[in-house]
Amino acid sequence: MAETLLFFTELLGMPVHDRRGRRIGRIKDAALVPLVHPSRVDRFMVGGAWTWLTIRYDQIAFISLEKGIHLGDEKLVPYHEDEYTLRFSRDLLDQQIVDVNGRKVVRVNDITFRLEHEPGGPDYLGVLEVDVGIRSILRRLLQGTLPKRLIRRLQAPISPNSIRWEFCNIVEPDPQRRLRLNISHQKLEILHPADLADIMEELGPAEREAIVETIDSEVAAEALQEIHPRMQASILEALEPERAAEIVEEMSPDEAADALSELEEETSEGILEEMESEPKTEVEELLEYREDTAGGMMNTEYLALHQNATVADALEALRGSEELLDNLNTLLLVNEDGHLAATVPLPRLFIAPGTARLRDLASSPLIQVPVNEKQKRITELFDKYNLLTLPVVDEEGCLCGVVTADDIISVLRHK
Amino acid sequence: MPVARVFSRLRYRLAIFFAVLGPGFITAVVDNDAGGIFTYSAAGARFGYLPLWTLMPVALVLIVAQEMSARMGAVTGKGLSDLIREEFGLRVTFLVMTLLVLVNLTNVMANFAGIASSLELFHVSRYISVPLCALAVWFLVVKGTYHSVEKIFLFACVFYITYVISGIMVKPDWKEAAFYSVKPVLLFDAGYIEMLIGMVGTTIAPWQQFYLQAAVVEKGITAKEYVQSRVEVVVGCVMTVVIAFFVIVACAGAIWSVQPTTITTAAEAALGLRPFGEYAFLLFSAGLFNASLFAACILPLSTAYSVCEGLGFESGVNRRFREAPIFYWLYTLLIAVGAGVILMPDFPLVRMILLSQVINGILLPIVLIFMILLINKSDLMGEWKNSRFYNLISWTTVVVMIGLSLALAGFGLRPLE
Repeated sequence: MAETLLFFTELLGMPVHDRRGRRIGRIKDAALVPLVHPSRVDRFMVGGAWTWLTIRYDQIAFISLEKGIHLGDEKLVPYHEDEYTLRFSRDLLDQQIVDVNGRKVVRVNDITFRLEHEPGGPDYLGVLEVDVGIRSILRRLLQGTLPKRLIRRLQAPISPNSIRWEFCNIVEPDPQRRLRLNISHQKLEILHPADLADIMEELGPAEREAIVETIDSEVAAEALQEIHPRMQASILEALEPERAAEIVEEMSPDEAADALSELEEETSEGILEEMESEPKTEVEELLEYREDTAGGMMNTEYLALHQNATVADALEALRGSEELLDNLNTLLLVNEDGHLAATVPLPRLFIAPGTARLRDLASSPLIQVPVNEKQKRITELFDKYNLLTLPVVDEEGCLCGVVTADDIISVLRHK
Repeated sequence: MPVARVFSRLRYRLAIFFAVLGPGFITAVVDNDAGGIFTYSAAGARFGYLPLWTLMPVALVLIVAQEMSARMGAVTGKGLSDLIREEFGLRVTFLVMTLLVLVNLTNVMANFAGIASSLELFHVSRYISVPLCALAVWFLVVKGTYHSVEKIFLFACVFYITYVISGIMVKPDWKEAAFYSVKPVLLFDAGYIEMLIGMVGTTIAPWQQFYLQAAVVEKGITAKEYVQSRVEVVVGCVMTVVIAFFVIVACAGAIWSVQPTTITTAAEAALGLRPFGEYAFLLFSAGLFNASLFAACILPLSTAYSVCEGLGFESGVNRRFREAPIFYWLYTLLIAVGAGVILMPDFPLVRMILLSQVINGILLPIVLIFMILLINKSDLMGEWKNSRFYNLISWTTVVVMIGLSLALAGFGLRPLE
């Protein structure tokens, strides 16, 4: 019976025969050469009498579960360490990889190959899936103690738990090796930042840093914001200051300030030095405040207009600040001196004529807090007045930032 | 360096110390579980102040083993079972995990037995206390988060002070206690030697190494914060030994000084304290309850974590039942079986505990040797791997511990024949 699937544990230890049918050894490992082909098994290592030999995929005549591997070409070369190969047994089996589709970290128990029979050509194996879960554990524990067919029958009732090879992301900390093995972490960029953050928390520090180092800095910043502050600090610390600065620039200023305040002064100064001037000043201002006060909680992502502005002006301003739109729910009005005058809930704009004065749409009373207001009082205000955004003013009454409901939710959750 | 900067550094360091506080402390303190308290009580009741000197090697062994686990956790960011799996493969991991589940299950039983007998001193029937405590333990973890659970555990550590107070209330002979704490005494008496082996041999248990490393990882302690974490580990170990000291002293003062006695349960020791005041008795019993309950919380949790990590199943109290079914089922079963057998009238608990000593004698050497092999791998540990001098200490400790745990396994086999 011709097989269509073969498991790596079945391949391990499989006998290899030369053209006259004599056994020359057993399979010890197999490998991909990702730069050549992303999923075709390119090399097989066979343990000969003295040393390991390497079989190239096109030297094989056929592969079968019962008869083992038969060669079409017997000119084998001794195995030597090759940095361009990804060896299954050494580099993949028992290691953690990221399941991009299932958005989690998994441990590899076994690998499923597709066995391709080309008429006239050699048989070759393509990596199909990576196996996790009980079925593959059972298969691996039993392999070698029972006949292969029996093991296949025994595992059949258990439902398989596998991840398609395209959705597997290997996390390789060594940049040299990453290049040689053609590994990128770009697949991770499509994940929701919160999922990526969970995944990073589950990995070891070296893998975490590798991800942050290589993915797009905007994605890295968003994911980093979702991570526990102490872990944020340890990641930022491990990065080169230039790279850390790139990421911190992309973070929202209040999150950036929180992350930097967890670092030792020298390190955070080093990162600030590398930052561009605009985000840098914002973050530096926020760093001045204590964490549990309005100043420490606020961010500077708000839209403020002059108190005499009209709805049409507001719409114009909104068009010009697209980056704020996702999280904006309130407009702030200020007078000539920058003093806060009123707040306008964004939905009011929809039902007002374009010529209407924003001041007339304002909610009352005007609720604001000074920068040194205590966290507890702020949460109370949010609860009492059902706020979404709370403006923060300095000693002179000038607007300097806003606390938003999502900040309050984080505070309450971490209590 | 300006003063302000020195001050800010100091504050930063202190802040880190409190941020890393938890894993080392909890693990060390839980070493004094129902079994530990019984070992120390029995030693004090039978041999008085003589065995106090063994607390020094106990502290040393505890610190060496715990330090390695904490260091591996902080540097690699991976649990011990993760590392065993990655470096030694699935079969070995499966074997270690099977043994771990067996040993820990009997330990859970022993601690539920401790809960039952300590509350029976307060006239609470075991048919009420054991099911209630089992439910409480189950809910604590299933409904909690890592941080809330850790806070409760740290709070439970505080209750060990009851032993210190009851030790003082007994008014032991402090001069003698101080003298024998530093003077090693060897008697060529089979009972004495067996007691010594028991005291030192039960100091480290495999689950502690798994729990501590996992907790360090879960807490997100990094190599940079490791210095503070090490201080925490050492402080925790010293505190544990101090508590053991007071348990021995209390039993020496209350029981041995009247009449050297061989006691068979820790509850008997509590009763022996009664003539020295109702409070001494109450505190000792409450301490026993606290210790048993605490260990009954941690053991199933740590076991489920280690097994799921090693075999690659979803785990963690921050996940829901549906997301990590194997984790929660294992956890639930350990509690249900561990508590259930205590309610069975004819269950051979003593035999089970002896059997667990035997399995422990097999498992502990494997775990300790793996630990030393792992901590010496430079691709894992880098600059944090063991120095040659430290290797000498840890190998000596490990060899001694292997000898002692095999001896204990031998004692365990004797009555089983």
